[in-house]
Formats: sequence, C-alpha cells, structure tokens
Amino acid sequence: MDSIAITKTQLDGDRMIINMGPSHPVTHGTLRIVLELQGEIITHATPEIGYLHRGVEKLGENLSYQQFIPLTDRLNYTSSMMNNVGYTMAVEKMLGISIPRRAEQIRILVSELARIADHIICLGINAVDIGAFTAFLYLFRQRETVYDLFEMAAGQRLHTSFTRVGGLFRDLPPEFIPLCEQFLKDAPKAIDELEKLLTKNPIWHDRTKGVGALSVEEAINWGYSGPCLRACGLAHDLRVKQPYLGYDQYEFDIPVGTSGDVFDRYLVRVEEMRQSLRIIRQVIKTLESGPIIIDDYKIALPPKEKVYTRMESLIHHFKLIMHGMEMPVGEVYSSTEAANGELGFYIVSDGGKNPYRIRVRPPCLPIFSSFETKVKGRLIADAVAELGSMNVIAGELDR
Amino acid sequence: MSILDTLLKNHPTSILDSYRFRGDQTAVIAPASLMPVVDSLASQDFHFLVDVTAVDWFGKTEHQTRFEVVYHWLNLGSQERLRVKVRLQENEYLPSLAIRFKTADWYEREVYDMFGIHFEGHPNLTRLLTWSDFPGHPLRKDFPLDGGDPFCMSDSTSPFTH
Repeated sequence: MDSIAITKTQLDGDRMIINMGPSHPVTHGTLRIVLELQGEIITHATPEIGYLHRGVEKLGENLSYQQFIPLTDRLNYTSSMMNNVGYTMAVEKMLGISIPRRAEQIRILVSELARIADHIICLGINAVDIGAFTAFLYLFRQRETVYDLFEMAAGQRLHTSFTRVGGLFRDLPPEFIPLCEQFLKDAPKAIDELEKLLTKNPIWHDRTKGVGALSVEEAINWGYSGPCLRACGLAHDLRVKQPYLGYDQYEFDIPVGTSGDVFDRYLVRVEEMRQSLRIIRQVIKTLESGPIIIDDYKIALPPKEKVYTRMESLIHHFKLIMHGMEMPVGEVYSSTEAANGELGFYIVSDGGKNPYRIRVRPPCLPIFSSFETKVKGRLIADAVAELGSMNVIAGELDR
Repeated sequence: MSILDTLLKNHPTSILDSYRFRGDQTAVIAPASLMPVVDSLASQDFHFLVDVTAVDWFGKTEHQTRFEVVYHWLNLGSQERLRVKVRLQENEYLPSLAIRFKTADWYEREVYDMFGIHFEGHPNLTRLLTWSDFPGHPLRKDFPLDGGDPFCMSDSTSPFTH
C-alpha cells in the first residue's frame, strides 16, 4: 500500500510527510493529500479521494427518475440549484420534451443566483485560506441573502430539490422578486468591496500570481472546464456555445484570463458574478407569467386539488408514483455550465422506471486530477492557494 | 459533414454500429479500433475528452458483450459532441488513453475501480474512490446495492483477476 511506502521515505533524512486532510480547513470537504516535502518545497503530492463516496450512481440505478433529484443536491452542495437543473434537463432531453417558458426563466434565475453563491464560497474561502479573512465576511452577507431567496423558492436553503422533470416544484412566492431586487442593489457593492480588498492588494498578488499557471492546450488536455479553463484564455462557456434554457436571449459577456493562475481565476470569478447579476436583472425584467410545470400528467404530477377531486388525476398520480414515467429506450448526455465547469449527466435507459445507468460528470474531478503536477516543486503555501481556487467540492468529486 | 459521417467514411469496417438519438451522435466500435478512431478524432479537432465511463449489461441477453466503455468527446471549435462506445468482454483489455489525454488518467482509474475494466498502458491503474482491498467493483450489476455487508469487507462479488 501507499502508506507503507510513505513511512519508508519518512525515515529518509530531511524529507517530511504532511497529511493535508482528510479533515483540514482548506480541503473543503473530506479529501486527503499526502504531501512530501523537502524543506518547504513539495516533491510529491498524492491526492487520495473517495472519503465522501456514497455511491450516488449506484443508488441512482435503484431509484426512479424523480427520486434521484434529492441526490443531485448533495453533489455540489454549494450550488445545488444548478445540479437540480442539470439533472432534470438530462431527463427532459431523454423524454424529448420542452418545458414552459416561465419555468426556464426561473431555472436561469436560480442557477445564476447559485453561481454567485458558489463563487462567493470559492473566492471567500480561497481568500481565507491564503490569509485574507475580511473578504470572506463581506461576501458571506450576500450569500446569506441568496440562501434566503432559495429558502423562499424551494423551502430549503442548501438541499433545494427545486426542479421537477418537466418544470419546477412550485412557483416563486410574491416576496421573492422584491428581495431579489434588493440583492441586485447590494451585491455589486459587496463585489466592489471585495475587489477593493484584494484586486490591487500586493500581498494577494504575491500569493496568487503565477501560482498554477497553465496553457490553454494543457488545460484542455487535463479536461478543464468552467472558470478554470476560461482563466487560461479560452472563452468556452456552454451557456453561450451550446445555449440551453434560452440563455441566448440574454446579454452577458464571458470573462477570460490570460495565464490561468490563481489570480486570473479570481478575476474571472469576480467578473462572472457581475455577469450573473446582469442575467438576473434581465430575467426579472422579462419574467413571463404562465405555468411552471409541463401539462402532461404522464410526466409531471397533476395538481393536488385535481388529485383529490378527479378520478383521472388520481389514477395519473398513482401510476406516476408506482410505475414511473414511460421512458424511451436510449441514452443521452446532457451538460450544463455549472459554477465549476461542465456538469454532465449521462443517462442510459432500458425503458424501465429507473435509469439503467446514470453517470455524473463532475466538473472538479478532472481539474483536481492535475493537482500533483501543478504543485510539484512549489511551496506548500502555493498548494493551499491552488486547492482553493480549483474549487474542489468533495461531494461532487467522490459522488 | 458531421463527425459521425466522417468516421463512417474513414473507418467503414471498425464502426460496428452508429446511431443518433435526441441529437447525440454515437459510434460503437471494437476494442482494437479504439486507437485508430482516437487518431481520427484528433485530426478532426476533437481534443477535449469530456468523460470516460462504462455500462454493465450483465444478464441482458440482447447484448453479446458484457461491458461498454463510453467516451464523450467535444470539439471546442464546432461544439460538436461525439460518443464513442467500445464493446468489451469481461476479460478483455482496452488501451489506455492516459498518455494522450491526461484527464483520462483518473477517469480510467474510476472505471477500473467501479467496473473492474483494465486499461493497458495506464501509468497507475489503482482504485480511485474505494480503498485498495475493497472486494469487487461496486457499479457492476451483480454487486449488491447494500454492498453485501455493512463495511463491504467480505467478498461480495468475485474481484477481477489478472
């Protein structure tokens, strides 16, 4: 086993082995990195993952399509809304249905809020790891508002399970939009404050510039996506390149970096928060009224009042719960631009109630797999900065 | 011309099956034709290996081979996607793509861990998510959902042997 080899090298002179994790403030979940140090220089970094492996894909094979939605909350638990959206979109692609426009717009709205919350966590905690505590506190007030909004919409702050196959679980409550508008006023100020604290801060520059720099070709070879890829200089964003949910109707820019280092990723994420606010503003302005779930009782549950008053709806309800949807035989891969990169769901259906195989393509797994090569020969402090800006979420990494 | 048509033209014999479903293009190949197809894809600007995974068709009589290893490619220029499926018998090996795509390193380790499929030429084919003496491969269909016993310590399915 690896650990035996490690104790051997431990005896070897001035080398030192450091266990970062499984429970360490910078690991953001439970993951372990065995660092082999020569002084403060990292000679080897062996990531060990799987501490949070719950067998989500195996469980998915034994749950119906609707029952899998709560499990998606627990993938990237900092932006569970986007996982809900990504998963239900995959099932909808399999069914070949389109959802009402209002549901699409609300999905975009909550996805962008979740993106902001996710970036806040990533940036705030990355800054805390490096030693800049204040930015974290400034931002977390805004994150609190986002979670209040989620609570209004879904009844849950973290594990939202907001989407359903064919639409949404429920419509937005009337108090949602006023609070969201207040958020649109406050959030830019908080982002400006964050920038004032960090963007021109020489200590921040020293700690982040040049750390983890990567060329675009290398990044693609490593399977990078999302802000980490864009920081390298490639304007690849699925919201623009392969528009879904009608993202093409909104105006926003894709920020890109030049070197792909921690500083560029920071700048990309900050700008993405602003662009997300821009999208939210446009969505609120153009929010259409109408149904929020598809009017097909073979896919979506009929409303409760109909179930209790009409025989046919009761039968639909019973059939849907007991036998599930009528799924076509086939396979689809559906991907969305999650906060961290391309979140893909690959579903194989044999026509049964449960998916035959369900695969989650986590955005942070390929990014994290490059960790060793990126920190080798660098200082241990750089590993901390690098790990934070990769935004590794163990729930999604291990599934 | 879509990538599927190009592949069908350039590799008429190695594509066992091909189909389109809900806008997804799929090419099914045999293990021996994986490397030529990957070369062909690289020449068509498919440089982004999005995902590697597998499907176990255990007990499904309509499938002659037990496993399918599924690769998803993306062309970053044209944004075209292609799924390549390799049909594999239980004891067959597949060439590793880890040398050409660094991202394949962990994906193949995960497939090995979850399905027990071997990739020849992989630099470090060890388990990724479970521990090294974990019995069996959890995503195989003959692996029980509850893992057999609370700590997954006993032999719940026969582990793949070299």
